[in-house]
Amino acid sequence: MNLFKISWKYLTFRPLSTALNIVLLALGLAIITVLLLIQDQFEKKMNQDAEGIDLVVGAKGSPLQLILSSVYHIDFPTGNIKVEEAKRLSRNRLVKKIIPLALGDNFQGFRIVGTNHDYLELYDLTFSEGKAWEVPFEVVLGSEVAAKSGLKLGDEFASSHGISVGSHDHDQHNFVVSGILAPRGNVADRLILTSIESVWYTHDEEPESEDPITSQDSVPAGEFPQDTLATESEADHDAKFHQEVSKSGFPASDQDREVTTLLIQYRNPMAAIQLPRMINSGTGMQAASPSFEMSRLFEILGVGISLLQGLAFVLIGISGLGIFIALYNSLKERKYDLAILRAIGASRGQLLVLIFLEGLMLTFLGAVFGITLGHTFLWLAVSQSEQNVVAAIQPWIFLKQELWIIAYALGVGVLASIIPAWSAYQTSIAKQLTKA
Amino acid sequence: MLLETSYLQYAHPGQSMIAFPEIKVDKGEALLVLGKSGSGKTTLLNLLAGLLNPAKGEIKLDGVVLSSLTGQNLDLFRGKNIGIVFQKPHLITALNVNQNLELAHFFSKKKGQEISHLLSELGIGSKANSSVLTLSEGEAQRVSIARALANSPKLILADEPTSSLDDENTEKVVQLLKQQASKIGAALIIVTHDQRVKSHISNFIEVKSS
Repeated sequence: MNLFKISWKYLTFRPLSTALNIVLLALGLAIITVLLLIQDQFEKKMNQDAEGIDLVVGAKGSPLQLILSSVYHIDFPTGNIKVEEAKRLSRNRLVKKIIPLALGDNFQGFRIVGTNHDYLELYDLTFSEGKAWEVPFEVVLGSEVAAKSGLKLGDEFASSHGISVGSHDHDQHNFVVSGILAPRGNVADRLILTSIESVWYTHDEEPESEDPITSQDSVPAGEFPQDTLATESEADHDAKFHQEVSKSGFPASDQDREVTTLLIQYRNPMAAIQLPRMINSGTGMQAASPSFEMSRLFEILGVGISLLQGLAFVLIGISGLGIFIALYNSLKERKYDLAILRAIGASRGQLLVLIFLEGLMLTFLGAVFGITLGHTFLWLAVSQSEQNVVAAIQPWIFLKQELWIIAYALGVGVLASIIPAWSAYQTSIAKQLTKA
Repeated sequence: MLLETSYLQYAHPGQSMIAFPEIKVDKGEALLVLGKSGSGKTTLLNLLAGLLNPAKGEIKLDGVVLSSLTGQNLDLFRGKNIGIVFQKPHLITALNVNQNLELAHFFSKKKGQEISHLLSELGIGSKANSSVLTLSEGEAQRVSIARALANSPKLILADEPTSSLDDENTEKVVQLLKQQASKIGAALIIVTHDQRVKSHISNFIEVKSS
């Protein structure tokens, strides 16, 4: 027998009220846990994915959408831009590096990104198997794509048009897996990388009759128009498909080609001032800065987050009050018990500890339960969403701040126990015992 | 002498002073404290247990003056040396019979009598793991006696231990208290107005409020 055991017995003696208080506290703390985890991982991930990208250039439209679609690969692209115009921009002396992206297709919901080898370098990607693409239609899978789709080196698959599952398939020419990337913990894990040529040729291949819905003048933004130049000879095809693709810069083409967006690194700080203005006013394209757009996004989300935080604090407050009331009420019934304990040798201090222990045990259980609940909740949310950014959150990472949640909960426990514990401390045994 | 008191006086707030007769009890002896209700019997018991501090006079138990002890020391001294049986059993309902007795060991920091042995001697050995809520009145009172005896105290104080019991149980309880007290060599003081107890213990003092 010890004080811990006695407190525990008292708690389990009224299981319903104990459970209610634990659940209330746990709910509040679970919300805080989820917010902490999301905030931490989101911001980390967002910053990590945008690292090395100073500016994104694409078709005119929403700058946030442009960033979301071309850096994080979540939203729809704003449209396409002419390669000629992009090439002109790449010759600007303020541009250190320019990485073109051609978006618009997917495989089982994983986005296919046409780019060059600079993109691999940008994220410092390494291969767990195979190597980078060399000829058209060779692709490299992100680690998550490989794991979820089950595709292996040398496997073939057909892409689908559009960036979400369910569009029609490009079954004219299959992609071949040439490499699989090592997990990097960033956006590349969820992408299928290939050459820009692959994306172009996929769309060249499509005979128009196969897709009556997508006529040339109603091409959805960001998706490649079905090229009508399907007049090349078979021999031409073969030569083109086995030619090595360009590994950096823009691929050469004799036709009017398009890319979706450009990822740009500045040469010097001056560029940050001059380049966006120059692009936005001097060309038909739009420039957006990832850091600026993301801080704007967080500002918007901030309102919702503080609302949730408020709710969490209300819940915690109520549970604190609940614990206080439960302890206080049970103390009224227990004054006699306490007097008896004093009569058989317990000191005032021990009774004080006894009540505090009860409050602390309650809140500690609530904290542990709440943190577990938060992680489980996040895990559920993650397992429900397959492709989007939420899927990239790891629900079982434990943060240092979660220790603060426990400390915070214990603080609530102490606060709720102060008055009951003090009144237990003050109990006069003789008076209690003679009351009968 | 194991227990000696001298010129004990006590006044409840706003009431006149009660003076108590001298008490001298030796090891293994039993003493009845008689008196009408309201005469201050229970107050005397509280004084003897160190639950109240006398206004005048002192209580010496086994050579220790109770009023010289304070706070934690007094609580611990009480836990180790004094066993109290209350008018009602007042067991801790959140704990079972066994745990109720373990409490006495824990708080007094003393390994007294073995619990299962004690329980079976009091005829409630089979109830060791029962919830105290399932006990009958008589059984509960015996558990509370067991709790008072658990630390092998030097002094056993009983406050109207038989007031809510029938004749048969009264007889049993008084016998038990006497037997156990003499077995562990403790002094026994029973505060009562119950005539049935008198036939078992001849030694008595009377408390009169003046």
